[in-house]
Order: sequence, then C-alpha cells, then structure tokens
Amino acid sequence: MSLTELSLHDLQQQLQTRAVSSVELTRAFLSRIAATQGQVNAFITLCEDQALAAAEAADRRLAAGDAAPLTGLPLAVKDIFNTAGVRTTCASKILADYVAPYDATAVARLKDQGAVLLGKLNMDEFAMGSSNETSAFGAVKNPWNPACVAGGSSGGSAAAVAACQVPASLGTDTGGSIRQPASHCGVVGLKPTYGRVSRYGVIAYASSLDQVGPLARNVADCALLLQAVAGHDPLDSTSVDLAVPDYLAALGEGLAGLRIGLPREYFIAGLDADVQKAVAAAIDVYRGLGAEVVEVSLPHTEYAVACYYLIATAEASSNLARYDGVRYGLRAEAAQGLLDMYMQSRGQGFGAEVKRRIMLGTYALSSGYYDAYYLKAQKVRTLIRRDFLRAFDQCDVLLTPVAPTPAFRLGEKTADPLQMYLSDIFTIPVNLAGTCGLALPCGMSGAGLPIGLQLVGKPFDEATLLRVAHAFEQATDWHRKTAPL
Amino acid sequence: MKISLEQVRKVATLARLALPEEELHTLTGQMDAILSYVDKLDELDVADIVPTAHAVPVENALRADEECPSIGLDKALANAPTAVNGCFRVPRVIE
Repeated sequence: MSLTELSLHDLQQQLQTRAVSSVELTRAFLSRIAATQGQVNAFITLCEDQALAAAEAADRRLAAGDAAPLTGLPLAVKDIFNTAGVRTTCASKILADYVAPYDATAVARLKDQGAVLLGKLNMDEFAMGSSNETSAFGAVKNPWNPACVAGGSSGGSAAAVAACQVPASLGTDTGGSIRQPASHCGVVGLKPTYGRVSRYGVIAYASSLDQVGPLARNVADCALLLQAVAGHDPLDSTSVDLAVPDYLAALGEGLAGLRIGLPREYFIAGLDADVQKAVAAAIDVYRGLGAEVVEVSLPHTEYAVACYYLIATAEASSNLARYDGVRYGLRAEAAQGLLDMYMQSRGQGFGAEVKRRIMLGTYALSSGYYDAYYLKAQKVRTLIRRDFLRAFDQCDVLLTPVAPTPAFRLGEKTADPLQMYLSDIFTIPVNLAGTCGLALPCGMSGAGLPIGLQLVGKPFDEATLLRVAHAFEQATDWHRKTAPL
Repeated sequence: MKISLEQVRKVATLARLALPEEELHTLTGQMDAILSYVDKLDELDVADIVPTAHAVPVENALRADEECPSIGLDKALANAPTAVNGCFRVPRVIE
C-alpha cells in the first residue's frame, strides 16, 4: 500500500516513529496531486512552497520530541477558509484574486499543531450547490466515475480524500455540504453541532446554519481532526463555551444498550433501490452489534427543503451584500457612478446559482413578504427542531440514508434548480435542527458508486456519533475501498 | 404566477445586481417554480409557534472590554481595487 493510501492515524504513527519524514510525506502527496488533479479538479490553489516549509518545521518539531497529534501531517481545506497570504476564492470570480489577510481559527488551530496545508479545495461557489458544478473553477469529478458529480458543496474536500490526494480535509456544511459529498465519494464526513467549531474566518453563506467539519478515510481520523478544531473561540460569538470531550478515547466503548432510531419519513418511495438495500444491511449490522433499533417519527421532514431555501437564501442575501467592489474583490470597470459600480461588479462577479439565491433571499426579506416567507420559515424551523428533540427521547442516534441516490451525472440536474435542491432532503433537516450528523460508507451501487449512511446525534454529542460510526467500521470494510484512479 | 418579470426586475435593483434581460426572464421562471414549491409551508398552522433564529441559543456573548490589536491599515487595504491616502477609493458620489 502506498503512503498516500494510508489513514491519518497510520501516517501519524509513521511520522512519530520517524519511519518517514514530513517532507517525504508532503512530496508524496504533492506528486499524487500533480498526477491526478487533471482528472479530479479537487484543488483550486496549491501551496507547495509553504507546505514544504511547514513540513521542514514539523520535522524539526518531531525530532525535538515536541510533536502535537497533527504535526507533520498533510491536510487541505475548502477554499472557503481564510488562509493568511494564500488566495482564498470561495470558488467565485468575485474573489478570484483575494488574498486573505488572516487565518480562520480552524486553520490556525491546524497550523498550531504543525499540520502541513497542501492547498485550497474546490467547492460550489460560496458553498451554494449540491454537485460542485457552480464553481467558477470548473466542476470536481467523482474519483469513482469522472462522468459523475463529487457532490457539493465541499466536493473538493471529499474528492481529494477519495483520490488519495490528502489523507483528510476540512469542509463546511450548511445543508449537507460535508455529508453529501462524503457519501458520493465514499469517505467519512462529520458535520458537528452548530456552535461546536469556530466559524471565524470562514466566508459566510447562511450564518445560522454554517458549520465547519472534517472529512477523512475513517471515523477515528475524523475524531482526530475534530479534536483539533473544536471548542470555544472568543472571535466567534456563536461558538459555544462547552468542554470538548476526548473523542478518540470514547471510540472503543461498545454499543451495549444503544438505541438507534429509524425516522419513518426517511424511508420513502423514491429512494434508490441500491441505497435502500445498503442502508437496510447497515441496520442489520447494528442489530448484530447489540444495538436496539426503534422506529421514530420526524413529522415535519417534508417541509425542511422549503424552510431551508427561505432561511439560507435570506441569510445569504444579507451576507453577500459585502461584495460591493469597494474593499476587496472584483470591481467592474467603466461603471457610471457608485450605484452602477455596485450593480455591475456584483452582476459580473457572481455566478448564476449565487445570483439566484441572492434574488430569492432578497425577495423573501423584502417589504410585504417578510412575514409570509422568512418569519414563517423560522417558525417551521422550530417545529423541525422540536421533532428531533422529541425523537431523541426515544433513541441515542438516528440512522438514515445520506442522499436519495448515489452520485448523479454531471449536468443531470443543472437545468432544474428545484430538483437539485431536493437532493439534499435527508441532510438539510439536521442543519435546521442545529445538531450533528455524520456520513460513512455503507455500500456500493450496481454501477460501482459509493453509498453513504447518515447517523444523527443529539446536540453536542459528537462523541456518541463517532463511537457508533466507529463500531460499524470495525464490523465492515466499506471504508477500506479505494477509488479506481 | 407567484412573481412577475417586473417584480424580479425590482428585486434585482434591491439586491444591487445588474442582470441582462435574458437572465431576468430565466430567473422569473425559476423563482416562480421555487416560490410555488415553498408555498408548501402554508399547509402548517404556525400562528402560535415561536420562530427559531439560531438552533443553539447563545445570548449576550460578552467579553471584557480590553484593547487588542487590529489587522492594521496595510493589510486592510491590501485587497482594495483602488486605495488612496490610506482610504478605499470609490467613484465620485457627489457631483
């Protein structure tokens, strides 16, 4: 097995026993990226020089016996994270030349541990999309089948791990943007509870829903990365000041007494037959591991997509008002005065999906429509959140599919935005409820595409989520399959 | 129709987006389909439901009023399309 196929934990062990140096590792991953970028398009920007300098520093730290858990490990982050001195585009033409003046807190925490950042990963423009086709830098291709989407919006974060270009990455998840691409690319992805990880320096899309999380080859690696980035940050007033448990220590505890809830609204007609079969098999695995499986109900599930596309677009229209061609980003030439400069810069700088969401959000917040759209959606959000809290009276975690189908084909849904939105039906409710969710590989379709299982945990109970997912990995080997690239 | 071309044109101005005529037409159809779909929420009686703005209630996240460094003028202006005398430069506003 080559170095680039190893897990974060295996690589950590090799570094700490000095079997390999961080510089060697960094070079190995950089050459893997060079060999496969053309097929996958997972990266927007590579930071080779900075990465090699960081690797040399990490090797000194390892030699001095001063290593943190991530010291010397190559990683990459979605291009939504500000990275000091490195271009940060959010996959948009409007930020194509933006060089961030500071690090996002999550990035700073990785760097403090001595992690080596290889580059910035492709994504849907401003994280708005479910297929990575809205990127101004071209779509990411699925490493399992280049004719299929990698999922979105953290498509590069998932595809890079699946293509062995990095052992793990960071993404963000507003309506499924970590879990859905993780599922489509056959890797593990965790969306922590809203408030668990600082969003300081993460370019905002929908501020009441956005959350940072890890993607990796296995659950233990996700736990390792979450451990590094979780916790209160004085620079993000929505990050919650709660103690961060030892996620790795909790992994080994068994499943005795665990109750798994199956929300009946998620097992519906229209679910792809291969997905249905893989999820049913996963339920049997859990029964075999001693978990008790109970049926629960999340009665407002069918309203989640409508609720989300009002709240997320309203928040987006407000957040994206900052791109005005004044302080940073693209400024249109030849504008007639200030107002025209705003309108032309935004008209030229944003792609079609971003404009669509700004328009919807502006409409939903506009005078005379606020109560009918935005306020109503916030009230429905209360009902959806209540559904989850009630379900958790009867079980410890919920088990569902991640997406109704495996990865669809490039171009298949671009003509119909509503069909694209509906592909997030199983992930969106978790963001509205503000709790945590994890996607892990649980099968393969007849066409050879990965299928993901979603586990949903109680608010701030990532430890249970990770433990339950880890137990599944110990009993199966779906997570060991690598893309034929 | 949930939304007309004229309404879409007005929203584009509110959103400060210069859009070609063809894009306004496409958007009208797409926004109409999406707004018809979100009407689904009208099936629910939410008169007595308290709205949720944030799932995790954080109130009054205050800190001590201590001085700390900002990023400084050079960094703040580094990405400006044009800057002059330590300020962001914009097209003339007052004739």
